[in-house]
Parts: sequence; structure tokens; C-alpha cells
Amino acid sequence: MSNTNLSATNVEIGENKKPLLKRLRPYLIMAPAFLITVGILYPFISAIYYSLTDFSFRNPTFDFVGLKNWIKMISNFDFWHAVLVTGEYALATTVTQMLLGLGIALLLNKDTFINRVLRLLFIFPLMVAPVIATLIWQLMLNPSVGIVEKFLNLFQIYNFPWASSPQTALLTAVMIDTWVYAPFVILLALAGLNSLPKSPYESAKIDGGSAWFTFKTLTLPMLKPFLYIALIFRLMDSLKMFDIIFALTKGGPGNTLMNLSLVAYNKGFAFLNLGESLPFIIVLWVVVFIISKKLVSNWLLSQKTASGN
Amino acid sequence: MKNKRLVVAGKIIRNILLISYTIFALFPLFWMILITFKSDTQMYDTTFFFTPTLENYKEVLLSADYFSAFINNIIVSGGAVLVSVIVGIPAAYALARYDFKGKEDLAFTILSFRFAPEILVILPLFMIYQKIGLYDTYTGLIWVYQLITLPLLIWVLRGYFEDVSVEIEQAAQLDGYRWYQVFIKIVLPLVKPGLVASGLLAFIFAWNNFTFSLLLTGFNIQTVTVNSLNYIASDTVHYGQMAVAATIAALPEVILALIIQKHLVRGLSFGAVKG
Repeated sequence: MSNTNLSATNVEIGENKKPLLKRLRPYLIMAPAFLITVGILYPFISAIYYSLTDFSFRNPTFDFVGLKNWIKMISNFDFWHAVLVTGEYALATTVTQMLLGLGIALLLNKDTFINRVLRLLFIFPLMVAPVIATLIWQLMLNPSVGIVEKFLNLFQIYNFPWASSPQTALLTAVMIDTWVYAPFVILLALAGLNSLPKSPYESAKIDGGSAWFTFKTLTLPMLKPFLYIALIFRLMDSLKMFDIIFALTKGGPGNTLMNLSLVAYNKGFAFLNLGESLPFIIVLWVVVFIISKKLVSNWLLSQKTASGN
Repeated sequence: MKNKRLVVAGKIIRNILLISYTIFALFPLFWMILITFKSDTQMYDTTFFFTPTLENYKEVLLSADYFSAFINNIIVSGGAVLVSVIVGIPAAYALARYDFKGKEDLAFTILSFRFAPEILVILPLFMIYQKIGLYDTYTGLIWVYQLITLPLLIWVLRGYFEDVSVEIEQAAQLDGYRWYQVFIKIVLPLVKPGLVASGLLAFIFAWNNFTFSLLLTGFNIQTVTVNSLNYIASDTVHYGQMAVAATIAALPEVILALIIQKHLVRGLSFGAVKG
């Protein structure tokens, strides 16, 4: 650029006259990342194609069968049950973790020594692979000999079934999921609380606003971008939850915890029927894509509002 | 008088809540470490007092399998982060600095891969990999781990790049630096904390991944998480050995987290913290 003057207008004029190569620069810079992304995009597209075939791992030759797999899926009870389980699980884990995470972060917000220690310790569950965490919980929750059973015995509760009964399996999975991922929400909420400016609080104190009022009108709006990020990650990850449920009961007891990921895994890898398995997971993908798109644009909006632009 | 009592009650409730959560969050970790010292016969005795044994540690640490799984994990997670850093830095910079057609769509597409169901990617990849010989290889696994590491890195770094003021870059350009020199000498050092935070976060998420390595590897490059399950899946259940495997697998992450804890929070906020 031949401009020696840095005023905004000059720079803009300079940019309008940009040669082709300069205009292409952002695309060129992004090309490597884009190529890797496209490389991963290929399986997505082939997934859609294979969902229209009768491909099975047992039989490597396959035919195009049109919408047969899709029609079979929609007319099947398994599918609607899996949709229900997916929704229930995602809703239960996300709501629990958002409330618990925000609550704990608010409790830890004062900068004392013990709070600093706890903030650090509370991250540790994120360091254990969720599969392993589930197995440790399973040992602790053993209905007859686990340590939790011994603890519940003190309160005259005996043989609480945890993951082995359809009535309590969801509760158990949600509890383990919360153990693993609530720290993630705590971390984000703390990041938000850290970034809050001090002065609005001082004026609120002078005006004598109640704690709840201050929280509702000051803290919550400014915390929104952070809560959105936590919500996006928690909701999307619980919608497609696989490993915790897989390690806990493989979808059981019966089909209590059979969400869309588990059904797709079973049809694809246990029954080796790829063509029939893919529609289940494509539906999940589309749902996740639409919801995340909406949430991400809300997040961008909330970020603008919170920073006052 | 009434007010004072309310304050005291509030404090008590606050402490009860914190203590309950602390027990909930930390007891399983304590239990995991405790059972690493228990023999298989003591596993279901839920007493805190027992004769500790180092048998599990010996069994796991001396097994060639665990050692190679650990190395595999480092190669795969480290490799994935490295590739992501190399292609992600320029991409994040382009998203932060340039206005171009389809920018936000491209940015969202990259982020959306983070939310794609793993199984959807794995089912077709499984076949493609077997066809082109990437099944059970480092390259194959590192490539698919980009789904975890690349979106995270690009989105965190984008926020950091946006925080670097354009004036600094323009001033450097006036001093005669070429645009790539400006980037390497001026901009990159400024976003280093973000790079460290996002790189290590990506490493942690890759390190703990289970589904990809369960389904896209055979015996050659099993990772630590999948390997730890072997102690449970074999004929006898060795919880103690599994716990050792898991505890040691968590050590690198704990060490990294302690080193970066200041940046960790900022890194996770995806550029939501401004100024």
C-alpha cells in the first residue's frame, strides 16, 4: 500500500483498488484448513449416499434402494423411542449442568484462598476420560456392594438399583454426565464472572437493589455470552452422547437409554447393517446442525449486546 | 437482628452446598486412586483401611501394551494438535482480519464439525479407511481427530486475533515490514497465550477421546482410553489395574492444566471475554 496516511478513509480507498491476488488472499490463507475440512466433509456426503443403499459389512456388494431405509426407520417404533430418549437425555443433562454449574460458579465467585483451591480441584473430573469415569462410578454404584450403597444404608435406603432398573437408569446416566461436564460450565461461568465490570455493582449497591435484582438485571445479561457457549457445547454434546451411555449400560436396561447414536452404532457395528443405520444418525446430525446454527447466532448477538455495541 | 440471622443462615446454606458439591466432584477421583492400591479380591470391600498393594501399578506399568498405548496417545493427540495449529493459525487470522464473501458461513461450517455426531463420521470413514489403507494408522487417526482439535483452535484463536489492534499491524507495515513479516514478528507473539491455551485444550479433548480410536483402530495403535478398557473386558475384571491405567493417563492433562490454568478459562470462552 502506498498510503502513508493511516486515516480510515485512505485505507478503505486502498482496499477498494486491491488487485485480484490481494482480494483472494483470505481464501488462500484459509485453503489448508479448508482442504482438511473438505476431506472430512467427504464422509458426510458419502453417508447420505450409503443411507440410500442396502450396504452391509457382511456383504460388500450393494444396491441402490432409494428411500427404503428411511421409510423403514420412520415406520419403526425404535426410531421414535430413540428420538424421545435423545431429547430427554439432552434436556435433563443440559438443564442440570447449566443450573448446577452457574450456581457453583456464583458460590465460588469471591476471591478467597479456599475458593481458588476449589476452582482448581473442580476442573479435575474433566481430565478423566468419560468412559473411565463411568466405569469408576459403576463400581461405586454397585447395588449390593458399592460404596454409595453403604452410604445410602445409613439413611435406611437399601438396594437402590441405579443403572440396572429402567426407572433409575436415566437418572444415573445424567448424574455421571453431570459429574464429568458440570466443571466445564463452572469454568465458563467463572470466566464470565471474572470479566464483569465493577462500577455497575457499586451503583446498584448505592441504589439499594436486592441481590436477586442485581443478579437479574446486571449479572445475567453480562454473563449471557458465556452461558451461551456453555449451553451450545453441553446441548450439542448431550444430543449426540455415546461414550457414557455405551460404557454404562450399552443402551439398556432393555432400550431405556437407546438414543440415536446408540441405535446407529448397534445397527452399523453390531448388526453390520450400515445402510439401515445411517438414517438414524443423519437425522441427529441435521437436528444438531439446525439447533447449533440458531444458538451460535444468538451467541454472537448476545456478545454484541453485552459489550454495548 | 432478623437480618443478621438471615446472613448467618445464608452462609450455612452456601457452605453446605459447596461441601456437597466438593464431595460429589472429588470423591470418585479419591476412590479411583484408592482402588489402584487394592487387590482384585479387596475390590468390593468398601472399607477405607486395607493392606495397600503396588501389584496393580507393577502389572500396568510393566506391560508393553500400556506403554505403547500411552505413546500412541501422545503421537495421535500431539499430531492432531500440531496439524491443527499449522492450518488453523492462518485460518483464524483470515477470519479475524479480512472481510470476505461467505466468511461467517465458513466459520460456522468449521465450528459445526465440532458438533457433528462422531458415529456419523465414523461409519463411512471406517469403510473408506479400510479401502485406502488408513484404518489402524497414525495418519488416519490424526486426520479424523481434526474434527475435535481444528474447530476449537480456530474459534479460540479468532477471538485472540480480533483483540490485536489493526493499528499495530499498520504501524509495522509503515516501518517497511511485509505483511507476512508483520504476522510472524508482531501478531503471533501477541496471541501466544491464546495459542497455548487453545492448543492444550485441544490436546486434552483429543487425549480423552474414545469413540474414534475404538472404532477406527485395531491392535496396532490402540490409545490409552481404549487400552484401559481391556482390564475390564478380559475374562476377569481388574478394576484396580484399570484405575491405574486411567490415573496415569490423566497425569499429563493434570500437569498441563496446572501450567495453563490462567489461560484455560480465557481459552474456553471462545473470544467472549473482551478487554
